[in-house]
Amino acid sequence: MSSGPRVLVIDDEIQIRRFLRISLEANHYEVYEVGNGLEGISRAAQLRPDLIILDMGLPDIDGLEVLRRLREWTTTPTIILSVRDADEDKVAALDSGADDYLTKPFSLEELMARMRVAQRHAQPGPQPTVFTCGNVSIDLAHRQVTKNGEQVRLTPTEYALLRQLVQHAGRVLTHKQILKEVWGPEYMEETHYLRVYFAQLRQKLEDDPSLPGLILTEPGVGYRLATD
Amino acid sequence: MDNKRPDPDALLATIYKEEKRLRRGKLKLFFGMAAGVGKTYAMLEEARRIKADGVDLIVGYVETHGRRETKQLLEGLEIIPRLKVAYRSTILEEMDLDAVLARRPDVVLVDELAHTNAPGVRHAKRYQDVLDILEAGIDVYTTVNVQHFDSRADAVRQITGITIHETVPDTLLELADDIELIDLTPEELRKRLFEGKVYTAERIKVAADNFFRLGNLTALRMMALRLTAERVDHQLQDYMELKRIAGPWKSGERLLVAFGPSPFSERLIRWTRRMAYNLEAPWMAVFVETSTPLSEEAQAMLNRHFDLARSLGAEVMTIAGENVSDALLALARQRNITQIVIGKPLRKRWAEILSGTSHVDRLIRNSGDIDVYIVTGDEAQGTRSNVILPSLPKIDRHDGWQRYLLATGAIGLVTLIDFLIVPIAGYQLVGLTDLLAVLLIAVYIGRGPALLAAALSALSWNFLFIVPRFTLQIFLPQDFALLLLYFAIALFAGNLAARLRIREQQALFNAERNMALFTLTNETASAIDMDAVLNTAVVQVSRVFGAEVAILLPRPAGEGIEPHPSSSLQMDEKEKGVAGWVYEYGRVAGRNTDTLPNASARYYPLRTPSGIVGVIGIRRRSRERLPFDQESLLETFIGQIALAVEREMLDEAAAQATLLRESERLSAALLNSISHELRTPIASVRGASDSLLQPGPALSEDIRRQLARDILDASERLNRLVENLLDMSRLESGRLQLKREWCDVREIVGVAAHRLETCLSERLLTIDVQFDLPLVKLDFVLIEQVLVNLLDNACAYTQPGTHIQIKARKRDESCEITVSNDGPPIPVADLERVFDKFYRVPGLNITGTGLGLPISRGLVEAHGGTLVAENCAKDGVRFTIRLPMIGEPPPVREALS
Repeated sequence: MSSGPRVLVIDDEIQIRRFLRISLEANHYEVYEVGNGLEGISRAAQLRPDLIILDMGLPDIDGLEVLRRLREWTTTPTIILSVRDADEDKVAALDSGADDYLTKPFSLEELMARMRVAQRHAQPGPQPTVFTCGNVSIDLAHRQVTKNGEQVRLTPTEYALLRQLVQHAGRVLTHKQILKEVWGPEYMEETHYLRVYFAQLRQKLEDDPSLPGLILTEPGVGYRLATD
Repeated sequence: MDNKRPDPDALLATIYKEEKRLRRGKLKLFFGMAAGVGKTYAMLEEARRIKADGVDLIVGYVETHGRRETKQLLEGLEIIPRLKVAYRSTILEEMDLDAVLARRPDVVLVDELAHTNAPGVRHAKRYQDVLDILEAGIDVYTTVNVQHFDSRADAVRQITGITIHETVPDTLLELADDIELIDLTPEELRKRLFEGKVYTAERIKVAADNFFRLGNLTALRMMALRLTAERVDHQLQDYMELKRIAGPWKSGERLLVAFGPSPFSERLIRWTRRMAYNLEAPWMAVFVETSTPLSEEAQAMLNRHFDLARSLGAEVMTIAGENVSDALLALARQRNITQIVIGKPLRKRWAEILSGTSHVDRLIRNSGDIDVYIVTGDEAQGTRSNVILPSLPKIDRHDGWQRYLLATGAIGLVTLIDFLIVPIAGYQLVGLTDLLAVLLIAVYIGRGPALLAAALSALSWNFLFIVPRFTLQIFLPQDFALLLLYFAIALFAGNLAARLRIREQQALFNAERNMALFTLTNETASAIDMDAVLNTAVVQVSRVFGAEVAILLPRPAGEGIEPHPSSSLQMDEKEKGVAGWVYEYGRVAGRNTDTLPNASARYYPLRTPSGIVGVIGIRRRSRERLPFDQESLLETFIGQIALAVEREMLDEAAAQATLLRESERLSAALLNSISHELRTPIASVRGASDSLLQPGPALSEDIRRQLARDILDASERLNRLVENLLDMSRLESGRLQLKREWCDVREIVGVAAHRLETCLSERLLTIDVQFDLPLVKLDFVLIEQVLVNLLDNACAYTQPGTHIQIKARKRDESCEITVSNDGPPIPVADLERVFDKFYRVPGLNITGTGLGLPISRGLVEAHGGTLVAENCAKDGVRFTIRLPMIGEPPPVREALS
């Protein structure tokens, strides 16, 4: 049991903590839990966990504030839990360095997927250069994109966008993060660029551009590249 | 009649007075016969005494006149710093009314009640400040001399020869809850004067020889003592009425004074007021409006008299009538007047000389049991040459002579024509032609010119045409009779014609006035809402009175009033302050009034029987006061507007109440709906968990999973319900803020479809989005929510295996998104009702909150769009969203690297 990755759960609701403990331990994680933000920060410093699950609504200090203080000294992958109608909070947390988010109520399946992705990205060492999802394959080293084995021609902008998603495959990227990386910091508000170029990308890559299975939209937040 | 029984009206009035006194602050007057008797000193002594008892007392304004004793008494009292007002080259000091009101003590000392404030402060007179303080529930101690009371000013002037300019209305005397007479014998006062206790050395001599003469002081002292004694009588009577002690009830006298634009009328009004006060009788002041127009000067004088009578507590009225005495008597009979006061005319109209009777004579002859007082004019004022008495015909100086010239010219012209007639028809006919001319002049030019024309034409006829011609001699006696008759007929007919003309003009004016009022009443009555009422009011008042108009209504939440957008008068903060004052105190203020006269407009309270509903501000292009008839028309207008505004306010309140009832009904429906919707999933969660917890033989893996699945489904249902409720409350509270961005409709459809994957996977879904549909500016998350609701709905009402189609097109300037299914049609009567909250199509057993469709419509409408339901031609139901496409999406650019 004690050999699994260590997860720190910072949430004030005892039922959520219990459910997370049971489910995560069943999936071979070592679970630690605290009920408020300040304790969460000090436990994180003591434990040096492999992953943190942070609730945004804490009784003592704001979850966003906890995240910022954590990010002052650690890059430990952190997944935030939030409620609907708080898109701005989610985006702020993601822009402040959270790795991913989940909206309550969420399924265990979703949580596990997010945790796997976050841990994978936290892994030191070179990331794989070839990404495959379904019938689409992207080779970053050779700047080649194929669908059903046939080469797809992308414009430089389309490719730059796709590369961003691939580099963070499975993780959500906010509009600002993508715009900043691809176009530059002065274009961070131009979300319509993303609407236009992602529509083009979907035309070229998706089986059914109206029901995308590869490039997923996270409403009000950003985009995510599906992993199998 | 049983005179011992108190009149119920009088009793009510007493109780009302008593109550009013309970709410407002108490007024204590320190009252004396002249300056120097020690009023301020007595006031300060009293102040120190009650302050020692712990009363919160401050000095609003006390003048020490450099007297040492007074200064000593002021020590230790809290003094409100004086307001410094720059006036011309000096700085004047006044009481800081606002500071006093803000400080809210129990008692304020305000010296010299009759003082006139510096221009620029709120009120023209200090007593108005005092009224405001009393209104605020603060007690006031003040000082005043007998000569300052309005009704005594005249007597004092007659006794001392000094005109008193600073006066206060007698109503203050009645308002006073307590009067302390500071009495001193005239000899003692003169002694104090010579000791330098009243004035500074240089003024002593002048004062002693004038105002402070022994005779004057004795008279003033008598006056002060009598006034106090009368006051005590009044108090006694108030008390007796209140406690229903049988007593010597007064006779029920009612006084009426007739006044006009003569300077002498002021004396008449004051005289009547004094008599009414002593008789304890109600009194009214009446102006009889005849067809004779008034000059501007006379108009102004008349207005002053109206104000004076009103401020002295008279019921003021204008009646119309050609015959002054008949009109007065008719009114007097109607109002049970027992005494009529009129002035003795200084000059007689020559019509009166002819008939040998004057208005006064007629009045006396026909007055029956009504007493008539004839008050003589004052020498000093009455003999001035430019006196205008109400019944004297008024001659308009400016264009009067032109009218006479015109009449003369017309007669000249007619005479020329006469020269043509004479050879054909003889000189007798000339008379008839001239008569026609005189009549025409009477009708079109006026009475005076007609009389002149009559005289001129008679002369010219005689001189030019009657034999012997070119002499004034007449040979034939019948010619002489003809000429005399001609002159008499011309005079009479001219007079008659002119009178007819005046009547006609009066009727025309009345008709115009009635028309204006009718239009106002009619239009405000048919106005559909408050905005329409106010627009009409502003337009009508602007049109009829040539003015800019502002209407201020109470703020919906909180205090004060604000200008309504329909106002045509622009107001700065100062003007709004004036309007605020009017709203608070319910009195007229602003230009041409005593309160805040520096304002650019005049502000009237919109008063209805139930209170003040707002304020109307009127700025006329001319700075002159309105003539009296216009002013009373304006007041009628304002009354109508007030009623209309009140009616709208009541309507709005009623609508609010309906809304409230409606929302109560809705929350009841909500509770019903959600309690059902909540219980079902809760029951399944509970049942499934119970089964899982059951001791005994372990459940099979399949059953365990099934139960867990049930719990999961129930939780999803609960989640959806909560989301719906949240959306609904966001929509209804108005907190919904759209985050509009340029969005790809295909993307939104994709996300919505993805969210409902489970149910859609069992159905045949087609998505058909116009290939080149431009980006639309909308709130992604909210429109996605709409599509989710519509798809969810489609799933709920159709069986697996059926079709669901989503289509998006640009149509006209809108983006049209349809969600259609081939499920059962909605009964036509319900197509619109499905968007009502909690409405369910009867006979269908489908779970749902009844909120999904109303929320969707709310969200679409928030985007300025529409959402409708219709049945498809064959089978199925189609929901159509139309969102306006405004503007072009901005261009996109390639990334640099």
